[in-house]
Amino acid sequence: MALVEQKHLDDAGYRLSEAQPGDFIALLKPRVMSLVVFTAFVGLAMAPATPNPFLALIAIAAIAVGAGASGALNMWYDADIDAVMSRTAKRPVPSGRVTPGEALSFGLILSFLSVMMLGLMANWVAGALLAFTIFFYAVIYTMWLKRSTPQNIVIGGAAGALPPVVGWASVTGTVSLESLILFLIIFLWTPPHFWALALFKSSDYERAGIPMLPNVAGHAATKKQIFIYALLLAASGVLPVWAGFASLAYGAVAAGLGAGFVWYSWRVLKMPQDDRSMKPAKALFGYSLLYLFAIFTALLADRLAASFGLLGG
Amino acid sequence: MEQDYIKPTEAQLKARRKRSVAIALALAAFVVIVYVGSLVKLGPSLFDRAM
Repeated sequence: MALVEQKHLDDAGYRLSEAQPGDFIALLKPRVMSLVVFTAFVGLAMAPATPNPFLALIAIAAIAVGAGASGALNMWYDADIDAVMSRTAKRPVPSGRVTPGEALSFGLILSFLSVMMLGLMANWVAGALLAFTIFFYAVIYTMWLKRSTPQNIVIGGAAGALPPVVGWASVTGTVSLESLILFLIIFLWTPPHFWALALFKSSDYERAGIPMLPNVAGHAATKKQIFIYALLLAASGVLPVWAGFASLAYGAVAAGLGAGFVWYSWRVLKMPQDDRSMKPAKALFGYSLLYLFAIFTALLADRLAASFGLLGG
Repeated sequence: MEQDYIKPTEAQLKARRKRSVAIALALAAFVVIVYVGSLVKLGPSLFDRAM
């Protein structure tokens, strides 16, 4: 039996929770988290030192929880706009399964624990970078940029691009050119990825009042921007070879993947204005996910091959 | 102070039980991670001190 004061029973904000553990896991945005875990792991594996495997595992877990915490804070703040978008209406807060207060506490506690854990178990450069990542995503992107400028996901993309830098720093205790190149790849990948989504979900964003580029500058300008970013991304993909931490074999794979990205973006650029199905934009969105996994897998494979002397390294 | 009792529904009780189990598992994992992590980070010297 639960004991509550009578005066609180009529309070509309009061209720006994029916939230399942799965609802709290959903607050962590598991799909985004999987990408964060993967890119952070590659950053950690590319670092020029071998960490203790258990400490490396803790570092990856801390980064994953930190990313999840920023997702929970995002869902707490964005519940109003999530409720009006088809893609997000079923999230735990707008659907009422988790209260905003629960989501906020959950996000804040996990943010604190993940940063402390990474700082104590790895080093405080990595801990500070993780704290900055959470702050950037939850405050700079979610609370400020997202609702105020069509450049929201360009600048906000920095938060999503930081995990490999945090992974690298958790081993080396530094930020270096190599980790910044990994940052750049994800940073340049983010705008075309989200703008492809924003093209075929523009009515959703319109309804929620989020100033995504297709809603503010129009579809034609967005397609051009996507193509420009695709060219920059394709070039940045081969930078690891130029910087000397990946082989020519990786360079060939990255060039091929980059050419694919440019090709899909070209198809979006040439998409007719009256195309309602927007298949090229959907295809680019799908390919962009594949691209990021593939290029980081290629980097990892290249590093492993070099470690085992398969490339003469 | 006037007080009243409310009886949680079956669904609320079930959800609370599941949340309790999840919190217990998460706390247990946290303790193990901190304990083993401390041993790995600080090494055997962790136990090397005067009684």
